[in-house]
Amino acid sequence: MRVLALAGRRLLSSVPTLLLILVGIFLLLQLAPGDAVDALIAQTGGGADAASAAAMRAEMGLDLSVPAQLANYMWRLVRLDLGFSSIYGKPVSTVIFERLPATLLLMLAALSFAFFFGLVLGVLAARRVNGWPDTLISTLGLIFYATPSFWFGLMAIVLFSVHLQWLPAGGFEEIGSGFTGLRRTLDIATHLVLPTLTLGLIFLAIYLRIMRASMLEVLSLDFVRTARAKGLDETRVVVRHVLRNALLPMVTLIGLQAGTMLGGSVVVESVFSLPGLGRLAYESVVQRDLNTLLGIVFVSALLVICVNFVVDLLYARLDPRITP
Amino acid sequence: MKAFLRGYLRSPPAMIGLLLLLAIVAMAISADWLFPRDPLALAGRPLQWPQGNPRFPLGTDNSGRDIAAQIFHGARISLLIGVVATAIAILVGIVVGALAGYHGGWVDDALMRLTEAFQTLPNFLLLLVLVAVFGSDLSTVTIAIGAVSWPAPARLTRAEFLTLRNREFVQACRTLGMSDARIIFREILPNALPPIIVYASVVMAVAILLESALAFLRLSDPNVASWGNLIGLGRDVLRVQWYVSAIPGLAILLTVLAVSLVGQGLNDALNPRLRKR
Amino acid sequence: MSPVLAIQGLTVALPAGADRPHALDRVSLDLNAGEILCVVGESGSGKSMTAGAVMRLLPPGVAITGGSVIFEGQDLATADEATMRHLRGARIAMVFQEPMTALNPLRRIGDQIGEMFRIHTALSATEIAARVLDLLAEVHIPEPAQAARAYPHELSGGQRQRAMIAMALALDPKVLIADEPTTALDVTTQAQILHLIKDLQRRKGTAVLFITHDFGVVAEIADRVAVMQHGMVVEEGPAAQVLNAPRHEYTRSLIAAVPPLTARAPRPVSAEPILVMRDVRKTYRTGGFLGRGGRVTHAVRGVTLTLPKGATLGIVGESGSGKSTLARCLVRLIEPEGGSVSLGGLELTGLTRAQMRRQAHRIQMVFQDPYGSLNPRRRAGELVAQGPMIHGTPRAEALRRAKELFELVGLDPASTERFPHEFSGGQRQRIGLARALALEPEVLVADEPVSALDVSVQAQVLRLLAELRERLGLSLVFITHDLRVAAQVCDLVAVMKDGEVVEHGPVARVFEAPEHPYTQALLASVPGRDFARKN
Repeated sequence: MRVLALAGRRLLSSVPTLLLILVGIFLLLQLAPGDAVDALIAQTGGGADAASAAAMRAEMGLDLSVPAQLANYMWRLVRLDLGFSSIYGKPVSTVIFERLPATLLLMLAALSFAFFFGLVLGVLAARRVNGWPDTLISTLGLIFYATPSFWFGLMAIVLFSVHLQWLPAGGFEEIGSGFTGLRRTLDIATHLVLPTLTLGLIFLAIYLRIMRASMLEVLSLDFVRTARAKGLDETRVVVRHVLRNALLPMVTLIGLQAGTMLGGSVVVESVFSLPGLGRLAYESVVQRDLNTLLGIVFVSALLVICVNFVVDLLYARLDPRITP
Repeated sequence: MKAFLRGYLRSPPAMIGLLLLLAIVAMAISADWLFPRDPLALAGRPLQWPQGNPRFPLGTDNSGRDIAAQIFHGARISLLIGVVATAIAILVGIVVGALAGYHGGWVDDALMRLTEAFQTLPNFLLLLVLVAVFGSDLSTVTIAIGAVSWPAPARLTRAEFLTLRNREFVQACRTLGMSDARIIFREILPNALPPIIVYASVVMAVAILLESALAFLRLSDPNVASWGNLIGLGRDVLRVQWYVSAIPGLAILLTVLAVSLVGQGLNDALNPRLRKR
Repeated sequence: MSPVLAIQGLTVALPAGADRPHALDRVSLDLNAGEILCVVGESGSGKSMTAGAVMRLLPPGVAITGGSVIFEGQDLATADEATMRHLRGARIAMVFQEPMTALNPLRRIGDQIGEMFRIHTALSATEIAARVLDLLAEVHIPEPAQAARAYPHELSGGQRQRAMIAMALALDPKVLIADEPTTALDVTTQAQILHLIKDLQRRKGTAVLFITHDFGVVAEIADRVAVMQHGMVVEEGPAAQVLNAPRHEYTRSLIAAVPPLTARAPRPVSAEPILVMRDVRKTYRTGGFLGRGGRVTHAVRGVTLTLPKGATLGIVGESGSGKSTLARCLVRLIEPEGGSVSLGGLELTGLTRAQMRRQAHRIQMVFQDPYGSLNPRRRAGELVAQGPMIHGTPRAEALRRAKELFELVGLDPASTERFPHEFSGGQRQRIGLARALALEPEVLVADEPVSALDVSVQAQVLRLLAELRERLGLSLVFITHDLRVAAQVCDLVAVMKDGEVVEHGPVARVFEAPEHPYTQALLASVPGRDFARKN
């Protein structure tokens, strides 16, 4: 109950944030050269006179005042009507929902990978602080952090796909293979290994650094001394008293990094030709399909808010001190 | 100050970072002397492997341009974008964070909603939108990177101000009758600055990575020699001439590593207690 | 009778670069069965390090380099880690100063107490649960079952410390080490916890090594006393002897520095009021969303008090009584919600913030924390000169005046060029005082100005304050939780509880013949008050 009340409150407080984003996006759209009609005309070859263009503008509500257009825009978004993509010839929402699963799967895989190994490596480094495992792990962390993900992806393709031929170089699954069930799952999994590593690498570096710092911080707290004074051995001190406390900043980080991870998927999906949201964003920029791009931004914001909602639930479960 | 310098110079990683960074700065400065020609002009036969031709120690790319020249000139672009975008982000972050943290109440609420809005939007996606709307010449890209990077420094500044404003020395300044502006900038800010300076290294590292990713996608300024551009170009010949992508990637890696190491060295030198652990 | 715990020539080395080579220098102490041995000393005396060394829980870089700790026939100074783990908690248990941080915030109280049994015994879960409830009842926690299910933050400070004691005594240890167990607690809670420790110790026959800085606590609880200074034991003996006939110079000076609880001879108090508080109110609203579910705390509810010119008004109370909030309302660091504060006829509460800034020099404040109240990045002289400079004094003139003020508060005028961290705690408090005096205020509000200081330094600062009050004709509002300090400094005293003044009047009257039950309880709780009175 406490947990739900808390998360509900946080969810409510993200409403103004979302509104702010939408207004911001809308104003950005106003600044962009040309409007939807110009884009449509350019798409069809530019063969429209001023009168029919004006008629089209009137039909789409583009001749209204800016506040009225904003109101229209908001009302459309509330109904999840994201407009029509002239490039794909489909409603934007349809295009987006076709692409969403690949991105979600990639993000989930990368997050799990980064969180799990970040946790393990962070704990190992903190237990042997300033010893050689710590030095090794911290150095690796720094290097991972400094590696541009797209470059890592390219080099991984060169090594694992071109030279060793262990893993596919791109795509979400073998097209036309007709795999079903478990076979298909396995196929998708092999396709996602390299993208997951590529996307997760920088987050692994961040998580391991935070986990190490957080472990060291918690190890210096008074209750750890109490636990030792009780006669617990070091392993149990860490497992029973330190770990859960040290996890709290890691959990917070998931929420903070959700947006960054989504942004990172743009590059990774482009490198590995994955049919996801990020690649769609890239394509719509290249093709100047602003309707789709803004739709993606809106859906991404919703996604980040959802992730944060889940993170809040999790945090409140881990920490009894949080009160609504 | 002396203790700080001694602390910094005594740490090997920090020194490696500093030397690496100085080397990259030297590359950027010497680019015009060592490679006076336009780095984007045709220099020789395309796709010559490194060490193959003494004229091109790092080889040529698929358009026959000198890779070494592009690496040296690219150092300028990366450092320029890194420094300017970081300066923008830190400045905006300090102002927003200081006002929010010091005043609290509705000012804090409003500014934090704005910060949250920026943090909720995936920063790379926002960058794409900005580039799509405003174009992709060098200055636009730099400002756009600064514009998507300020929320984290703002949060950090706010957190520092929140703790510092309740410290008794700040209350003492208020009882002396000091004005708010003076308390914020002359009393609190100098105390809040060290962690923000350390964090600037993170912002700079991210800024360099953001620009290279943008350039890799060919959405950054195509008329400058950027490392990311070169990686994107090399992608077309990745299967065989992988060195075209590999070399500029390494340059980015080393630059970001240098910036991170310097940042960490600053942090350790500023918080000697943590280093000992 | 052989001692339960015999510390012989124990030497503990500090890491290179510390201010002295040894934390403990050939410390020898015997703890006998069934007695409470108090180890007293000021900060840095090595008293806590002694406890850490016995438990072999020393900070990293600190190590035992000589001597022995004999317990049950074993030398703990050289015992291996596994042996120590068997002893810790089971045979020698420990209670710490700050019960909030000494308990794991994410685990339930019952779980944390039960862990003692899970580590050291093979009891079943149901047996453990039953034993935990017994223990909680034994330390007189109301509703033991509820407390066992609670998280640390859901209990009060006193209850948390009771839970810690329950945990320490779970396995009937031979020795209990209590490291300043009541220092973080309010005086009434402290009295209860001291009583509890003494009571349990008598019943169970546990030997207690009790570490404290407070001679009042020593007088209350000790059978024997050891006084430490700079890592050495300077005097040891039965409590009555050490307290009443101390032999060592240092012990004598420490005991002399403890302020007695009896009020000084009353000074004449002027009839002319300088500061008048009428019905001052302040509430805090926390949590809640869109006006729902918020908690309202009445920090100050309708305080009416008058400070006569040249007098000192003490405001005493426990934490959460609203005394600090009231002090901050007086200087408008906190905006009071209602009521008025008038200074020499000027209504302060009606002023705008800008007007208040211009009047700021008339009422100044001295803060509690000698470390937090000075900007670490400014030179000491500049800190003192800042106030006059804001109000229009030229910089050179203000800095020259700062040197004079340094002399006034007993600091070397040449040290104005130094930074705060180069001064000791007591010196910093003098800088804070000089800063406030630089504006020549009519009223000085001092918020716990000596609470963070060691007792000998505290005595010096209090002496200085009394001297300045006479010389400058200062009117003083003195906030303190320490009744002994209040007895020494104040002419008038107001006792606060839950945001209200429950009793006020001349200090001698209030302390000799308290009328309100709370004042009576407060005075009765002062540790070692018989000792304090005759001192």
